[in-house]
Amino acid sequence: MSNPVESLYNIRLLDELAEKKSIIHNVHPLMKVLTTGAYLLVTVSFNKYQLSNMLPLVFYPVIVMSLADIPAIPIFKRVLPALPLITGIGLFNLLYDKSPVLVLPWITIPGGWVSFLSILIKGFLTILAALILIATTGMTKIALALRIMRIPGVFIIQLLLTYRYIAVLLEEAGRIVRAYSLRSAGEKGIKFRDWGPLTGHLLIRSIERAQRVYRSMCCRGFAGEYHTGREKGINTGDILYFAGWSISFLIIRYFNIPAMIGWLMMGVRR
Amino acid sequence: MHMADALLSPAVGGTMWAVTAGVAAYSIKKVQNELDEQKIPLMGVLGAFVFAAQMINFTIPGTGSSGHLGGGTLLAILLGPYAGFLTLASVLVIQALFFADGGLLALGCNIFNLGFYTCFIAYPLIYKLLVHKGYSTGRIFAGSLLAAIIGLQLGAFSVVLQTLFSGITELPFRTFVMLMQPIHLAIGVVEGLITAAVVVFIWKARPEIIEKAASGQTIGSSDIKKVLAGFAVIAIITGGVFSWFASANPDGLEWSMFNTSGKEELEMPGGIHQTLASIQEKIAILPDYSFKSSEQEVDGDAPETEGWPAVNAGTSVSGLAGGAMTLLLAAITGLIIRSIKKREKARAV
Amino acid sequence: MSHHIIQADNLKYKYPDGRQALNGVTFRITHGESVGIVGANGAGKSTLLMHLAGVLFPDEGEIRIGEVPLTRKTLPLIRQRVGMVFQDPDDQLFMTTVYDDVAFGPRNYKLPEEEVEKRVISSLDTVGILHLKDRPPYKLSGGEKRAAAIATVLAMNPDILVMDEPTSSLDPKSRRRLITLLQGFTHTKIIATHDLDMVFELCERTIVLKDGRVITDGPTEKILCDAELMEECGLELPLGLLGCPVCNAKKTI
Repeated sequence: MSNPVESLYNIRLLDELAEKKSIIHNVHPLMKVLTTGAYLLVTVSFNKYQLSNMLPLVFYPVIVMSLADIPAIPIFKRVLPALPLITGIGLFNLLYDKSPVLVLPWITIPGGWVSFLSILIKGFLTILAALILIATTGMTKIALALRIMRIPGVFIIQLLLTYRYIAVLLEEAGRIVRAYSLRSAGEKGIKFRDWGPLTGHLLIRSIERAQRVYRSMCCRGFAGEYHTGREKGINTGDILYFAGWSISFLIIRYFNIPAMIGWLMMGVRR
Repeated sequence: MHMADALLSPAVGGTMWAVTAGVAAYSIKKVQNELDEQKIPLMGVLGAFVFAAQMINFTIPGTGSSGHLGGGTLLAILLGPYAGFLTLASVLVIQALFFADGGLLALGCNIFNLGFYTCFIAYPLIYKLLVHKGYSTGRIFAGSLLAAIIGLQLGAFSVVLQTLFSGITELPFRTFVMLMQPIHLAIGVVEGLITAAVVVFIWKARPEIIEKAASGQTIGSSDIKKVLAGFAVIAIITGGVFSWFASANPDGLEWSMFNTSGKEELEMPGGIHQTLASIQEKIAILPDYSFKSSEQEVDGDAPETEGWPAVNAGTSVSGLAGGAMTLLLAAITGLIIRSIKKREKARAV
Repeated sequence: MSHHIIQADNLKYKYPDGRQALNGVTFRITHGESVGIVGANGAGKSTLLMHLAGVLFPDEGEIRIGEVPLTRKTLPLIRQRVGMVFQDPDDQLFMTTVYDDVAFGPRNYKLPEEEVEKRVISSLDTVGILHLKDRPPYKLSGGEKRAAAIATVLAMNPDILVMDEPTSSLDPKSRRRLITLLQGFTHTKIIATHDLDMVFELCERTIVLKDGRVITDGPTEKILCDAELMEECGLELPLGLLGCPVCNAKKTI
């Protein structure tokens, strides 16, 4: 995400997905936030060797994405850039953890491999869960959820303003960088000499914009407080959504479903 | 670097969430007390600015690579520590949601690592200390540069601690530190230089912006103490609660049928067990296949020193097969839902 | 309806950097008038508008809206009456959906949510973008953004509309739509602009500013046709009054 224009498209894509209509989109944002939280907690609570136990967790993204009509490929593409770092840290487990964990008739797999894979899977699932939340909810409704959670209005309005002006400033930054690169023959980035002025100009323009925004807020009676409209009520269906998923997560957490399936398939006699 | 969900344990993630929420609540109180409502849109737009400016590639002289602006120090200098912290927090919230940077559970860690040290340690103790004698290009430059570097060093160290406490990585503490600190020194120097260049530029073009931000914000040593003390209290309480929870419920952390000796998984309530057993007999692909030889071999090789890893080829294979089956089932579920939806849509049209 | 009168008396304003932006501006605008404020860049148009909306306060002189002098105390009252449309709609549309943006003003005045909704719907309907109410502002086109910005102001039920460059960066079709929209409004309108053709169509009266002073104030037709005056103030005759570049036939009014 190191190109202003690309990031803008990224935000737009997620915004567009959030505008779709589906059962999932209709669920109250607070319940979706809570469900995501429960999912993340359960996912990371598996220890590093519980590779197969955590696999049923993939049902959550699969089901939600299918119900919400979220295309898999563009979302997966957005998960990938976050993985190298996790991979980097995880790779060390291969070096340091050689205790045998998984024993197959033809090969013995050391713990490092299992924990490495489990870190990767956790990474994939947790990032996916965050993207699914935003792609089915949208920033405005997340702010609503935060408000119901009694997060102070100052923080919420400032979060929304940041979000709102990211689009504007990314465009501005994109224009500045384009204008710069047009006049700097073949340079890939920005030369040291120009770091201050280039970013500084963008900053001063931002500060001036903030002042104009403030004025226009004042003209419409802003006095330091942010008022939202009526909060959408939480109905039984919303609560059931949260409860249903939470129970499923707990079942996945406390019962090794893949082991049961495996046992059903081939049987292990002791 | 951004801390990632996958490297965290729930206890560490939860504790850092609580700590960050505490610092944020204190900052919100402080910002509200100032009653400078003009600051609200400024925070919003500057948050967006940091977000956008981080997308600009700066060529690092003498190397082929490029660096980016770091946000915390700059925001603290422009907005003061409290508003700066809150603004950085909202930038990180948006990055976590839209750009999969870190993740939502790690958000507490990331806001703390990138915001707390820059706004509440490096800014008052380094930048302010250097410029309080009076503004000059040299002092502003040195102050912003050092504050950015040290802020990032502290943040990187914090990442090391959080990862190690989470127990996900096998990296020894020393190796991890030796790996993280130098890398982040290099990143910090670049971020610091960009920050310093911007702050100096603003100071020359519009000195009132730099002066106003600093004058309104007196963060006395008592404030720092308060913040630090509050932080310590929250950390101890939440850390304590989580570890109590973990120890009272050891299963919560260690519980695993896959890695225990394999007995538990068969200790299901009789009825279910029998039903399953009879189903199993019918559908099992490789009934009664139990890899006895390899099982013994491994038992000899790796005695159960820590009660773990207790290995068993049978469970391993069935775990693998079951895992593959689970993924297959998930994929089928997704396909079914999608095809049903498609059919519904076609019918609607 | 005397309370729609806007009276400016000898306004003077100096920016912190020492630039004298207004240097004794006096005028009186009565109910229902449409007034164009024209002048070269830096003549003081935007500064004047900021004063009318109570964003800036004069160093000297006074503004009265109706019988009420504009002071910090009367500000909330004045701001309900005077709706200001800013030059850049991106500054005015600061929320994440068009609906929330239009509702921002009424909500600040603590109207009940039913009333807020009614106002939002009717304002969006008036400017013809009701179908865009759930869109994020950055996804709107230039013309739609402008319409949304006007709706945010209409939702406050103002008597007086103050607009800064409403037609800037609009394509010809959007510009035409905007002019038609504004023609339908019964509000008192004060429009600062370089778009002299729009002034010609929309405003019966024009005030020409130069270096922070009122150079002339009178009927639009007379002022905008005065080539010498226009030249002196860094302006030129409206295109509509120029001869056809192809057949060179002079237009007459």
